Amino acid sequence: MLRIDLEGHFQEKIDREERIEAKDWMPEAYRKTLIRQISQHAHSEIVGMLPEGNWISRAPSLKRKAILLAKIQDEAGHGLYLYSACETLGIDRDELLNELHTGKAKYSSIFNYPALTWADMGAIGWLVDGAAIMNQIPLCRTSYGPYSRAMIRICKEESFHQRQGYEIMLTLSRGSTVQKNMAQDALNRWWWPSIMMFGPNDSDSTHSAQSIKWKIKRFSNDELRQRFIDMTVPQAELIGLKIPDPDLKWNEERKSYDFGKINWDEFWNVVKGNGPCNKQRLRDRVKAHEDGAWVRDAAVAYAEKKRSGRVN
Amino acid sequence: MNIHSQHKIDYLLYLADTALILGQRLGEWCGHGPVLEQDIAMTNISLDYIGRSRLLYQYIATLTESDEDRLAFLRDEREFKNVLLAEHPNVDFAYTVARQFLLEAFHFPYYSELKNSSDLQLAAIAEKTVKETAYHLKWSAEWMIRLGDGTEISHQKIQTALNELWSFTGELFDPADYETFMLQESIAPDLNSINKSWKEKVQQVISEATLTMPENQWMQSGGKQGIHTEAMGFILTEMQYMQRSYPGLTW
Amino acid sequence: MKNWPLFEIFIRSKSGLNHKHVGSLHAADAQMAIENARDVYTRRQEGISIWVVESKYISASDPVDSDPFFEPALDKIYRHPTFYDLPDEVKHM
Repeated sequence: MLRIDLEGHFQEKIDREERIEAKDWMPEAYRKTLIRQISQHAHSEIVGMLPEGNWISRAPSLKRKAILLAKIQDEAGHGLYLYSACETLGIDRDELLNELHTGKAKYSSIFNYPALTWADMGAIGWLVDGAAIMNQIPLCRTSYGPYSRAMIRICKEESFHQRQGYEIMLTLSRGSTVQKNMAQDALNRWWWPSIMMFGPNDSDSTHSAQSIKWKIKRFSNDELRQRFIDMTVPQAELIGLKIPDPDLKWNEERKSYDFGKINWDEFWNVVKGNGPCNKQRLRDRVKAHEDGAWVRDAAVAYAEKKRSGRVN
Repeated sequence: MNIHSQHKIDYLLYLADTALILGQRLGEWCGHGPVLEQDIAMTNISLDYIGRSRLLYQYIATLTESDEDRLAFLRDEREFKNVLLAEHPNVDFAYTVARQFLLEAFHFPYYSELKNSSDLQLAAIAEKTVKETAYHLKWSAEWMIRLGDGTEISHQKIQTALNELWSFTGELFDPADYETFMLQESIAPDLNSINKSWKEKVQQVISEATLTMPENQWMQSGGKQGIHTEAMGFILTEMQYMQRSYPGLTW
Repeated sequence: MKNWPLFEIFIRSKSGLNHKHVGSLHAADAQMAIENARDVYTRRQEGISIWVVESKYISASDPVDSDPFFEPALDKIYRHPTFYDLPDEVKHM
């Protein structure tokens, strides 16, 4: 009886658009859903540093090098904000990292694709960050307070990420034939994986309905995907690039683009670990963590000595 | 070009190249740091160095009708004048911290002095740089102490790094022709007084870190003359890859 | 995180304003927490002063008690200046 009251009260609060805070009562499933979603999001930020990180040392100009470094650093920051938000739900960052490192936790599959040319830095910023922003803006109003606050901060900082990516593409499209081809090739490779970033179709999405009721999510996967496509197609046209989808066509009636069939087979395979870079990405993360263990231990040992007065 | 301008350009290149190469090295940590918070810290330092190199290259560009990217990406290894310490591989966090500390303990008094340079443009760059450097020095000195006085493993790792990198510190105080020339013009600071502050700081931190001062040893040099270690070629191969593969394009 | 405690971070965005909670991070000690906060939370000139406190030292009111705690203030509207009806001729009050 009491439980029903609590749940009813909880749902009413959400319906009134009030935020749930860390110490408030919440259904266990809500907590679990949040931990899954926020940590998955945090892992995506951290793993997402790797494909772009490959190009820091090779950035073609000093300005681009500085921008790329600052952008990837932001991703580290965003991972950190999200891990912190997640920790308010009573789970430790170590535990979350352990789930990532053992393959128990997922991260966005897009980062299992390789970044092969400089144009990929453009395509990632423009498409991958663009898709991420599409997902993230509604999350600024998500029902869990710490998550929503982290997202507000992230969205504010991320506004330059997509712009710098598009600017790279724009510069390439105004450049030599080699550069134009490089840009088109990057779009060809990143388009479909970006479209898949919104997750399975609503009819196949297991978590969607409950998440929307709890206002963790505000829009369905398909809604956001459609919005992204409608926004991105004109951006591609503006710089003379062709979206690699022969079925892409404006639908006057729907006032939206119809688009071709998504290769869900590929999607699920990459999710399951068969993407071109799954193993490499995880290995890099595990290595960084393991190689850092002695550093973290040393800092603790020193802090303890200091506390116990053996060091001034 | 007269001898004065050539010396000045060489001198500015020495400062700029040291900043760029160290920034490039630190950037390698991005995404691979021992803990997220320190990943972010090292990237900040890297960004400061790349920013510094750009200010210096832009200044050189006004003297040579070049631009910052041509200077960074289209010169050959023998034309780079950075000190050898800056190009030393990261190896691990201990080497990275020790390399950073030894250089920051140099850069802090160096750029503090450079604020008084008779070259006003350089003095202005030093003014900005010295603030960044004060923070870098604090960060690296604290990590020297944490690792030195942390666990047995960390103590041993940082001592090893310190011992190995020590032979690259002599070069900092061994003036190249262009430095001597610039000192006479009151453009560059006097390395003797810098050396004194450097030694004091290094001794103080090494002692607080419960580490042992490395023994006097043969000092490597050559970087300021463009004679580098084998690591340098690989740095440039990666760094200059785009500009070399696709000459003359805008990115 | 293994032995690196969690710190709550408070930042004063400009002089004259209160420190405001911005989030948390891990550090081995308070000094490191301040520096980490500088790198993590003030990359875009968000602050001029930082406070850090280990999360475990924060005591908080219990949300279950929030009604008895905060509702009694609701009906004391006489604490607000708008409660008082004064003629318009009265100035500077």
